[in-house]
Amino acid sequence: MYFGAVFMLYALGLSLESQQGFNEAVEMLETSFFAKLIAWGLVSALLYHFFAGIKHLVMDFGYCEELESGQLAAKVTMGVSVVAILLAGVWIW
Amino acid sequence: MVTSITSFGRSGLYDWMIQRVSAVVLLVYTVFMIGYLLMNPGLDYEQWSALFENTAMRIFSLLTLLSFAAHIWIGMWSVSTDYIKPTGARFVFQSATGLLTFIYVVWGIQILWGV
Repeated sequence: MYFGAVFMLYALGLSLESQQGFNEAVEMLETSFFAKLIAWGLVSALLYHFFAGIKHLVMDFGYCEELESGQLAAKVTMGVSVVAILLAGVWIW
Repeated sequence: MVTSITSFGRSGLYDWMIQRVSAVVLLVYTVFMIGYLLMNPGLDYEQWSALFENTAMRIFSLLTLLSFAAHIWIGMWSVSTDYIKPTGARFVFQSATGLLTFIYVVWGIQILWGV
């Protein structure tokens, strides 16, 4: 994610640069398989980190810290992330 | 007493707090961007650039960029101090992280204020 942010900033910069840059960024994400793959990879990492981070914050508040509830929370995090990542893939393609 | 001079806030408690506050900022921005993109499927350049010309959006984006920088530093610092034991290698890794983070901040500001 840290190194992938290069692509995110590049796409943001390109899309905000001019009408032409915006068209280029859109075309890239609509036609290039490689661009889609990078976008999906980045969004996948972000989504997993997003849900795992929420779980972390929940645990900071003292919930789901026992073995049983902790394992359940970990499984829920994985499950929700997988679903979100698949939905993101559908959105991107 | 071992004191750390490379952590973000020179204090574990401070880093702990900053990591959580920056996490919430990044979370809110992520939800906002995903929501915005989902609600505007036929987004055009006019609308997209108007969004980023808005002062509130600039403040929100800059806040997120700075939160990203702090979050990255604390995260990479935690990982590198845990797993890279040789001081030289850790120093190089943390220097590279610091440099890239600085580049992201300057580049990001340039994008945000170039609109």
